[in-house]
Amino acid sequence: MEHLLRRAGFGASADELEVYSDMSIGQAVDVLINYDRTSDDVDRNIGRSGYVGTTSNGPFSPNSIITDARQRWLFRMVHSTRPLQEKMTLFWHNHFATGYTKINGALGPTEATRYMAAKASEDPGSVAGQLEMLRDSALGNFRDLLLNIAKDTAMLVWLDGRTNTKAQPQENFAREVMELFTMGVGHYTESDVYAGARVFTGWNLAVAGAGGSAHQAFAYNANQHETSAKTFSFPIYADGGQTIPARPAAQGMQDGIDLINALAANPNTGRYLAAKLYRFFVSEAGAVDEGFVARIAGVYQQNQFDMRAVMREVLLAPEFWSAQSHFARYSWPVEYVVRALKDVGWTGFSLNSALAPLASMEQNLYDPPDVSGWDQGQAWFSTAAMLARMNFAATLAANQKFNLAAAAASEGSSPDSLLAYYRRNLAAAPADVAVTSELLNYLRATSTWTGSPAQLQAKAPGLVHLIVGSPEYQFV
Amino acid sequence: MDISRRAFVKGGVAAFTATFAAPEFLGDLARAQGARTRNFVVLYLSGGNDALSMLVPYSDSFYYRRRPTLAVPAVDVLQVGADRSGASLGLHPRLTGLKQIFDQGRLALVQRTGYENQSRSHFQGTDIWSTADPRNSVGLGWVGRYLDALPTPLDPLAGWNATGTSPHVLEAAHASVPAIANPATYAFSSANSGAEAAAERAAASRISSHVPVDRPELAFVYGSSQAAFATLDRVATVASYAPTLAYPNSGLGQAFKAVAGAMNRGIGTKIFYVTTGGFDTHSGQNVNGANGTYHNLMATLNDSLFAFHNDLKNQGLLDDTLLVSFSEFGRRITENGSGGTDHGAASVMLVMGGKVNGGLYGTAPNLNTDPQNPTLENNAADVHYETDFRSVYARIADNWLGADSRALLNGDFRKSSLNFI
Repeated sequence: MEHLLRRAGFGASADELEVYSDMSIGQAVDVLINYDRTSDDVDRNIGRSGYVGTTSNGPFSPNSIITDARQRWLFRMVHSTRPLQEKMTLFWHNHFATGYTKINGALGPTEATRYMAAKASEDPGSVAGQLEMLRDSALGNFRDLLLNIAKDTAMLVWLDGRTNTKAQPQENFAREVMELFTMGVGHYTESDVYAGARVFTGWNLAVAGAGGSAHQAFAYNANQHETSAKTFSFPIYADGGQTIPARPAAQGMQDGIDLINALAANPNTGRYLAAKLYRFFVSEAGAVDEGFVARIAGVYQQNQFDMRAVMREVLLAPEFWSAQSHFARYSWPVEYVVRALKDVGWTGFSLNSALAPLASMEQNLYDPPDVSGWDQGQAWFSTAAMLARMNFAATLAANQKFNLAAAAASEGSSPDSLLAYYRRNLAAAPADVAVTSELLNYLRATSTWTGSPAQLQAKAPGLVHLIVGSPEYQFV
Repeated sequence: MDISRRAFVKGGVAAFTATFAAPEFLGDLARAQGARTRNFVVLYLSGGNDALSMLVPYSDSFYYRRRPTLAVPAVDVLQVGADRSGASLGLHPRLTGLKQIFDQGRLALVQRTGYENQSRSHFQGTDIWSTADPRNSVGLGWVGRYLDALPTPLDPLAGWNATGTSPHVLEAAHASVPAIANPATYAFSSANSGAEAAAERAAASRISSHVPVDRPELAFVYGSSQAAFATLDRVATVASYAPTLAYPNSGLGQAFKAVAGAMNRGIGTKIFYVTTGGFDTHSGQNVNGANGTYHNLMATLNDSLFAFHNDLKNQGLLDDTLLVSFSEFGRRITENGSGGTDHGAASVMLVMGGKVNGGLYGTAPNLNTDPQNPTLENNAADVHYETDFRSVYARIADNWLGADSRALLNGDFRKSSLNFI
């Protein structure tokens, strides 16, 4: 069950584990997948006692200040009762990787945060920032997701669609939608890029609303649409036709819809998504399992691109539950930080203090380095990033010093009992005997063991630092 | 040099270094005795650098016809003469420092570098430039392979990656290159202070030595942790480096400052990696505006590289240093309707150093739109490569790194006309 919650969520606090431990695997997957049966009220708890803290410069403004938006999302990861929704949102954020920095350069920090992170119910123009859009349809239909992303304001800035005009079409979105969002490199040609650029001519932005509700929104600009026929190297229509017909400009938006439908339905897309889901949910050890990919791609097609059906199959897959998949994925920095908070404690800790460490671990939420998303797996573990992880463990352990010592009071009769206590509470890949000896040596170093409160105030955080900062804990 | 050596010994790393130092890594002590080292710096311009805006073919009328808003006016370029095809060339007007380096004969510009059927994908393209194998974008990095081939045990600080991530070009089977985004924050903190902190650090350091060889994924993280502990003290000596001049405050400027610091401290590092991004100029490229996107990219590059060059020169380290730049591709010749340029093919490489034979290498493309134009490809949309990028790598491997390029690059890419070093 802990394996399931580490992968389909961000780990589990003792309370959460208690809820899930009464369920069968099938029931737990059912609850995780059908998260819309649980109310989405996590944001209400921001700022309340009993929850991890946030710190902002002035009123907490996650719809307009990026550091507050980051804290809101981290807060959801820690406290949401819909963990899979947050996990899938993270998956899509990496998949449709859009970077705040470029949007900020184009529109300034307030608007950039708005188009990345604004909650429609809190925005004067009912703008749903890109991440809110992804979150709203985190287990929706992939074809709809693709259409939404093609019309997303931040995406139209990020991949320059807003300036795609008929005289000299602009290729950025057309290339990446085929290479990174759907079929994958090797499954399209340079002519497809040219044709795709022409397809999306006129998919621009315009100001919608007025006064306080004014905002940039997708607008199909018929005057800038290139109307001639576009031929691709892969099927566009169910009958195998590869040419999008010439259409009058007024109907030209259908070109893009036809292409998006074709890309969603292309068999390479199902396989590409299945391989990514394998790496994200199942394992980063060894090669991607071809049987899994074929099966999941099949489910994707049979269910008309419904991601809920796909994810049910992923979470129930034998590959997912194989003992070899346990702790077989390198944790992402946000997964590491959130799980550490859930495992170690958060009382008196502000998520703001996690933002700089996350940057040093090379993961700024809302700002992936480029359109291919973050480099994952071993790439997360440069020396600088590993130091940042160890140092975050130190910061958190020092911050939780008194809580840790109090909680460990009844477990400190000997170094061995203290270590056994933390091994139970800080789940990690199994450590070799030599590592256990080093940890016990650490507990015995500097003074004779008494288990006194003063000693526990030093040794409990020290041990937590060493375990949470250890290589074994870097896996989920 | 005396001061840095004292700091070095005081840092408690002298004994450690003695264990690991391979003969080709020369500390400042050895250098003081007349020995020379050879530093190699790889500079990655991320996003696909628009070669035609960096090295402008200002005598080509098609350049102006195909780039009505983006072309650099002929009067503005910094003229660097004509290549052997007779094309007159000029550097982007913001590259005033690079022009000085060029005039001093320490900057080589290798035109039209690339490979057959060049990938227009950022990611596959960067992978190919990293593996130096157009048929295999997932293998080890060519610089990583070079490190793997050095005598063992390899000093964990043999390489210095001045970013926080792990670039593919440094990926190796055995060698690992520490990522040191900022020497000042490359440090270990503890949950406690005093003796308890020391005990924590000692325990963490010892734990990292128990690499579980039978579990490769876990062993990788152990390796990273171990490399951090093996490099912390020496990197700390670089944090206090006082350069001979002020570096720009840009990421690239600060990275070059750290690299110069590592060279100055003589801590054994030979291979350096730095990068700067923003070259994916699909829209609003604005080559000429004083605050234009591409103008700013050139400013960052010029000011950082010029400071690095001058700092090394002031310290007598320039002759020991060679820098090469690469980018995943050049850009399409014709500008798009967004005032930008899309992904293209061949580009230009910079090679800089005290021992470099500066000048223009290779020939400029002819930008005539005739689909049969042999200097272009893809119906004359993109620049066709003339020099295989591996030939540039081969020259560096053979004549600077002391390697055999044929073994390192799995083939004979040597090209005698490419005598920039």
